[in-house]
This record gives sequence, C-alpha cells and structure tokens, in this order.
Amino acid sequence: MTESTAPALAPGLRIAGTSFPWRPRLLLVTLLLVGTAFLLFCVSIAVGDFPIGLPRVLATLFGRGERVDEFVVMDLRLPRAAAGLVVGVALGISGAITQSVARNPLASPDILGVTGGASAVAVFLVTVSGGAASALAGSIGISAAALAGGLGTGLLVYLLAWRRGIDGFRLILIGVAVSAAAEAVTSWLLTAADIRDVARAQAWLVGSLDGRSWEEVRPALWGTAALLVVVAAAAFQFRPLHLGDDVAAGLGVRYSRVRAVLLLCAVLLAGTAVSAAGPVPFVALMAPQAAMRLTRSATPPLAASGAVGAVLLIGADLVSRTVLPVSLPVGVVTAAIGGPFLVHLLVRANRR
Amino acid sequence: MGTTTDSPAARHQASELRRRRVGLGVLGAAVLVTAVLSLFVGARALTPGEVWHGLFDPPVADQELTGIRLIVQTVRLPRTVLAVVAGLALGVGGALIQGYTRNPIADTGLLGVNTGASFAVVSAISLLGLTDPFQYVWFAFLGAAVAGVVVFGLSSIGRGAGNPLTLALAGQGVTVFLAAMTTAVALSDKAALNALRFWNAGSVAGVGFGVIWPMTLFVVLGLGLALATLPTLNLLNLGDDVARGLGVNIALMRTVGIAAITLLAGAATAACGPIAFLGLMVAHLARPLTGPDHRWSVPFAGLLGALVLLLCDIVGRLVVRPGELEAGLLVALLGAPFFAAMVWRGRFRTT
Repeated sequence: MTESTAPALAPGLRIAGTSFPWRPRLLLVTLLLVGTAFLLFCVSIAVGDFPIGLPRVLATLFGRGERVDEFVVMDLRLPRAAAGLVVGVALGISGAITQSVARNPLASPDILGVTGGASAVAVFLVTVSGGAASALAGSIGISAAALAGGLGTGLLVYLLAWRRGIDGFRLILIGVAVSAAAEAVTSWLLTAADIRDVARAQAWLVGSLDGRSWEEVRPALWGTAALLVVVAAAAFQFRPLHLGDDVAAGLGVRYSRVRAVLLLCAVLLAGTAVSAAGPVPFVALMAPQAAMRLTRSATPPLAASGAVGAVLLIGADLVSRTVLPVSLPVGVVTAAIGGPFLVHLLVRANRR
Repeated sequence: MGTTTDSPAARHQASELRRRRVGLGVLGAAVLVTAVLSLFVGARALTPGEVWHGLFDPPVADQELTGIRLIVQTVRLPRTVLAVVAGLALGVGGALIQGYTRNPIADTGLLGVNTGASFAVVSAISLLGLTDPFQYVWFAFLGAAVAGVVVFGLSSIGRGAGNPLTLALAGQGVTVFLAAMTTAVALSDKAALNALRFWNAGSVAGVGFGVIWPMTLFVVLGLGLALATLPTLNLLNLGDDVARGLGVNIALMRTVGIAAITLLAGAATAACGPIAFLGLMVAHLARPLTGPDHRWSVPFAGLLGALVLLLCDIVGRLVVRPGELEAGLLVALLGAPFFAAMVWRGRFRTT
C-alpha cells in the first residue's frame, strides 16, 4: 500500500523508516511524570536530620558540591533514593508488561509467582532457625536467597505454562495456582514459628527501603538498566500484542518470541525489585492502571507506568519519613496511598 | 452438532440435561458421604457405633462415652457443618464473582471481603483487647460486609455501575488499602500479629454452633439471592447492550448479585478466616462439567466447594497427627498442583 492511499487515521511521525503515532497527551503526561519523579528523588535526598537545600543537592549530584554535602548525599541518602527509583520503575514496567501480555487488568507480576516464591523463601530463612537454613541465610543473605526463590518460582510458572508455546490465559491461571500454593507455605511457616521471628518476617514481607546501602542497590540498578534496554528494543512490537495473537501476527509481530522475551523481562524486573526492597505490594498492579488513566491511553503505557511507579514509591518513602508520626515500612504507605488513588481515578473516570 | 432436523438437537439437549442432573446428584451424594466420613476421622478415630452414640444417644454416666459425645458434638459436628456451609458459600461466591466481573482470575476476596475481615479482627484485638475468636467473629463479619458495600458503592458511582472492570479494580484498591492498614496495626501490636497469623491460615475448626448457625442463616440468604439471579447473569454475559435489549435491569441485577457474593463470602470468611483460591478453583472446575450456563455451573461450583473444603479438612487432620494443618492451607497446597495440571491439559477455556 502506498502512502497516498493509506487512510489518515491519526497524525504520526516518520523517521528513517520507523513511524511513531503523535500523541501529545501521552508525551506530555509522561514527561510530567518523569519530572515529578526526579523532583521527588531530589527532595528525598534533601530531607533528613541534616537538611540540604535543593540547589546544593543538584550541585552535589552533578559533582560540584561541597565535601560535607557529598558524604551525606552520595553515601547516606542517595542509595535509599536510588533504591526507591529503581524499584518503582521496575515494578511499574513489569506490571505494564504483565497486564499487556495477559490482557487482564488484574494481572501483575505477583501472579507470575515471583513475589510468592521470594516471600516463602525469605520467611523460611527467617523463621526456621538452626542448621542449613541459618547457614544459608548467613552466607548469601536473605535478599539474594529471596531473589533466587522468586526467580525459581517464576521460572516454574513459565515452564508449567509452556505447552507448544506460551498462552497468556494458561500462564495467569497457572501463576495464580502456584502463587496460592507459595502463599500457603508462607502462611504455614508463620503459624509454626516463634512470634518474635514472625514479627521479623512480617517486616520483610511488607517491603522496606530502610538502611539500603550501595552494595544492595548497585546490582538492582545495573540489572534494571540492562533489562530496560531489552524492553525498549522489544517495545516497538508491544502495542499490537493487545490486539490478540492473530492480529499481531497479521501485523508482522513474531508474537510468541516477543511475548516470551517480554515476560522474561517482567519476571526479572520484579525479581530485581524484590531483591532490593522486599515484596512491595500493589505498585505493579496500580502503576499501569493509573498511567493508563492519566495518559488516557487504551493500553498500559510502558514509560509512563515506570514513572508512576517511581513517583509512588519515592513519594511513599518520603511520606513515611516526614509526615507520619511513626516510621512505617514503605510497602504499607504505598498501599495506603496507592489504593485510594486508584479508586479516585476510577471514580473520576466514571463521573465524566 | 446436527441442526438439520430438530430431533437430534433436541435429543442431544435432553441427554445433556440428564447428564447435568446426574452430575449434580453424584456431587451432592459425594458431599454427604464425605461429611459423614468427616465425623469419624481425627486425632481420636471413632467407630460408627461411637459416632452414633455421640450424635443421638442421651448422656450417660460413663466417663469414656461422655468424652466421645463431647468430641462428636463440640468438635467433629461443628467443623463438618461449617466446612459444608463455608465450602458451598465460597464455591457459589467464586463462580458468581467470575460471572459478574467477567474475569477468570477473580476470587471471592476481590470485593475486599477478606481484608475487610482481617482489618476488623486486628482492630478489635488491638483497640478493644478481645482475645476470643467467638467475640471477634462478629467484627470480622461486619468488616467484610462494610468492605463489600464500600467497594460496590465506589464502583457504582456515575457510569461505573455497568462496568465489570471498575468493580474489579475498585475491589483491588480497597483491598490493598485495608491490607496496608492491617499490617500497620499488626506491626505495632504483637497480640494482633499473633492472632492474625492463625486467622490468615483459614480453618474450619475452633468455632462452635453459636457462630455457625447465624452464619448459616446469612449463607442461606445469600444462596437464595444468588440462585434467583442466575438466569439474568447468563443474559448479562451476553454484553450489557444485549441484556438491556432483552429487558434486564442491569443496575438492579448487579446490585443483587454483589450483595449475594458479599453475604456468602463475608459469612464464610468471618467464620473460617480467608480461604483463598477455593472459589476461583471450583468455578473453573465446574465450567467444563456444565458448560457456560450459570444456572448449572454455579450450583456445581457450590457443591464442589463443599466437597473440596471437607476433603482438605479431613486430610489436614491426618497428615501431621496428632496435630492438624488448617484446611485453608491445604486447599491451596493440594488444589494448586491439581488445578495447574488441569490448566496444562487444556481443560479450561477463557470465559
């Protein structure tokens, strides 16, 4: 079909053989969200027992700060802020991918088994004392063991759902089943454990950014960055996946391969987030839905979902550190803010 | 299917109807047999004579026989009745919520019922100092009902009343909010955390008839509402426009349906704690047996729910004797592999 006969549906951009739809609202909202995320990131560094002004934070971040600020910013506060940023982006994009591939707005990486597996392993290490478990926890750390458990469970779901290819519907049903089993194991371990261990396990299960150091954040940072490159490369074939396998194939998408790669990225992103902050609930489910409604897009937008995730996580961490009288784990605050926000968006969309 | 003449199609329909009736009868019988079996099995296995004595004979002076009476009447019978009632409620509720949200991963917890109940329980323990399950069961039911009403109210504002997606997402929003509040309370109060971990496991043991009969009343009410809405639920699943064209009052029918789900899931959750996955699983198990007709798949799901919960409760009494595993844990631990195998073999299709 030549260009003159192509129906003029929507304005687009065409650069060197690649075309983009021109959607100003999507672009504007995404940029605003990224800006908000960066602002919150800086504020999160500025606020603390030793307050630093925003200009000085910016100067220090770009390598022109004073020696005193440099220590506080780079070594004490940046790891925590960076962890919030990375975890938020990873969960938001992971959720957008899962909901797109499953074509189900209730889907989130939680139902791919990652969260359930990671939680079961972490609770096992915390509550079962003595012998091999403690030795394991001591040698590789709970975060790394949880990461392994999460990825292992994710892989199990993926393999169980594999039958001459991956089918979105089969994948989420098997994911729901495996997650339910993993949660039952967690619940069982908690009923059998000593109450002091239960409190520690519960604290891990909520998800927290407390006391993050560069050693824990750096792998998550690089892992997420590398995965985002892969996702960005696959994203060109992302939108047709919503239209169903037949349409996507008709549009020239090798859907089984694209879907396999994207799902693997979603699992790895969710695993990275869990390793850095524990299973922070709900961000992956909510961020894509919020981003869809903010950008008035028909499908979960990838970049905007990541930005919403970051805004939510850094914002929640900031709220828990400054506004609240007691310090609550960030996971509690994200759910407490995110839940009503999602409901608010729904109500507003329905009123219109 | 032969549609050239009327008779093969009619004959097929008649045999299909007979097959479903027989299936329903077989399931009902299986539930009865399992319920009777449930009276015998436990840390102290009973003989048929002992069970008979415990159920029907007047009290006697014999120490041992009095003990058996006590076991049957205050332990075995209540948990058996509760497993049947809660299983029915969660099975029917699960099939209904999947029908009303048109989402195959919707579960009875979606309306905020589970977290509403959990939040009420930890609040009652933390603020009022309650420690006895008999006391906080009512708070749990209240919490579940309030959460269900709030979710439905929020999802009904404006144009949302006809939108299954709004209901599901509003449910998720309220659920996570309440879960966060529950965690916040539990992290600051060790007694609440301690009760919460056992509550979350989900068990049919440990409550007496003082709790079970009122809950059964709510479940019966919910079942009545549910069965009355099934024909219209079939029409709703043709799409809102078609249903409206056929004269269905969509907003009214959805309200009645959601009220039924809230009653069923709320009562079951209040008495047992959250039993995840049961409703979702049996809704999928019922559909290949009956086809998409809700008038059949919902009753099938109810009986399957009762059967699965009874079996899991029995297995839970046997695996770690003389201790017990909670039925809610076993539903997920045993149900998940079975369910995954069924999914893998392609037994379920998108609804």
